[in-house]
Amino acid sequence: MSLLAVRDLSVALGKRAVLNGIDLTVESGECVGLIGPNGAGKSTFLKAILGQAPGAGDIRLGDAESRTMSALERARIAAYLPQEREVHWPVSVEVLVGLGRAFGRSAVAAPSAKDQALIEAAMERMAVTGLRHRRATELSGGERARVLIARALAQDTPLLLADEPTAGLDPSHQIALMATFSDLAREGRSVVACLHEISLAARWCDRIVVLNEGRIVADGPPATVLTDELMRTVYGVEIHRADSAQGLVVLPTALSETEGNDRPDGA
Amino acid sequence: MSERTRFHLLIGVLALVVLLLFGLSLLTGPAATGFFDAFAGLFSDDRGTLALIMQEIRLPRAILAAAIGATLGLSGAALQGYLRNPLAEPGLLGISASASLGAVLALYTGFAAAFPLGLPLAALAGAVVAVLIVQALAGLSGNVLTIILAGVAVSSFAGAMTSLALNLSPNPFAALEIVFWMLGSLNDRSMTHVWLSLPVMIVGWAMLAALARPLDVLTLGEQAAQSMGVDMGRVRFLAVFGTAASVGAATAVAGAIGFVGLIVPHVLRPLVGARPSRLLPASALGGAALLLAADIAVRIVAPARDLKIGVLTALIGAPFFLWLVFRYRRTLV
Repeated sequence: MSLLAVRDLSVALGKRAVLNGIDLTVESGECVGLIGPNGAGKSTFLKAILGQAPGAGDIRLGDAESRTMSALERARIAAYLPQEREVHWPVSVEVLVGLGRAFGRSAVAAPSAKDQALIEAAMERMAVTGLRHRRATELSGGERARVLIARALAQDTPLLLADEPTAGLDPSHQIALMATFSDLAREGRSVVACLHEISLAARWCDRIVVLNEGRIVADGPPATVLTDELMRTVYGVEIHRADSAQGLVVLPTALSETEGNDRPDGA
Repeated sequence: MSERTRFHLLIGVLALVVLLLFGLSLLTGPAATGFFDAFAGLFSDDRGTLALIMQEIRLPRAILAAAIGATLGLSGAALQGYLRNPLAEPGLLGISASASLGAVLALYTGFAAAFPLGLPLAALAGAVVAVLIVQALAGLSGNVLTIILAGVAVSSFAGAMTSLALNLSPNPFAALEIVFWMLGSLNDRSMTHVWLSLPVMIVGWAMLAALARPLDVLTLGEQAAQSMGVDMGRVRFLAVFGTAASVGAATAVAGAIGFVGLIVPHVLRPLVGARPSRLLPASALGGAALLLAADIAVRIVAPARDLKIGVLTALIGAPFFLWLVFRYRRTLV
């Protein structure tokens, strides 16, 4: 059985149709890069999967319909990293990562040994163990991003939905994070990550799903999906594409002469 | 010392302070009482003067000060956590203002004079109406901003109606009675007031206490909290109705007492590592201690002038609020 199965999903926010007839199935062990221009509907798609956006169609998480599940049941299957990296109170990093284990436990109970082990493993994985006693509101942008990802990992779910997890990270942490996602997939979990860094998606994801104007316009392995033609029509950019020892390299190089979407120069 | 031990120590110290102040409150008053006589009077079966003073005047006053202080501290901490706004306080949802309006209408119409519990019951009714309006305005999917706006609207309207009642009051004495009531006081409250308000406050406390874990998770914002199993509809229900029950009942018997709900969570937040769940019990105890201390102070500072406790808390609270604004201005720059 697939971990996530979306059938004919449509979402409208106000009168604007954001997603149109989306079909997507994600199996265990897949690292999926969800790409597409700004406003393509990527974030809304992740929210819809979590029952946080109103919509028509079927969304199955594990073996149940997402919208009939309780928030707690969904939290056991899917962890979510929102695009907004909100931290409202100056709690310590350790406490913040520990929130990933907070659900279904009484507020007065101390974390169990298993919870504590998962919290430590998540901090280890995102290399934030050394920040343990720092206040989460006083971290740099990159540190905060890694701490919040550790929080999501501590949730220990079969599915991780991450909205622009690499934004604001330096190249070494971007690569470390993508390698972590890839490892999670090897361990049999699934990751669906919205990405703007096409080069990272090409190098690290098993599968690329391209959203454009609320529809899936391509879905498959990076090498077949990330063509000159697709990048031109969807993003309006020319790419440099090469196969290296480390895998596929796709680098946007220039704006296309032909028509693209929402060209920044208005052409 | 581990973080957990430190928290338990803090709660222990706060509880001890509350106990001491509670005892001190029982010993404070115009009638001179010896330490041992006073406590003997508290448990004595004879109906002597001392027993009456202790059982009918000082005990209810001390219980109400502790319970109302706890209510204000707890609801302030819960609302700051729920609204993720460090300037939130129990009055924000319009509940204090509406409870005051209910009380003022009771005084104005003579309902308060008609039977002893007329005033607190009318105030509770005011709180209920306010919470229903806020809930209806915010709607099913109401977000935090809608709740704040609805609270401000209800607050302003209740304030306007109170002014109208003052404006049209039949004679200066009625107006004075209304104004004095609104200043907030624990003078001349009886065990009847305790029995009326305490059970309602306890229901409110239970609802707010159930918010502990969700408030922790809400540190990461609403979207993340939802994805971590928090049912936002339930959280809002508990926050709004828990505040309404506890603050409504508190305002009904003591009038509007400001600033306790704002200050106490701020002072204690750094001591609990900023965790909203830990701030709840700490703020409840801190609020109880602060109000007990303030109520002792008004009796010692100006025993003959009937200084209102709400005036004292505002006198201490307003400069503190200025300092808070100053500090936030600095961090925002």
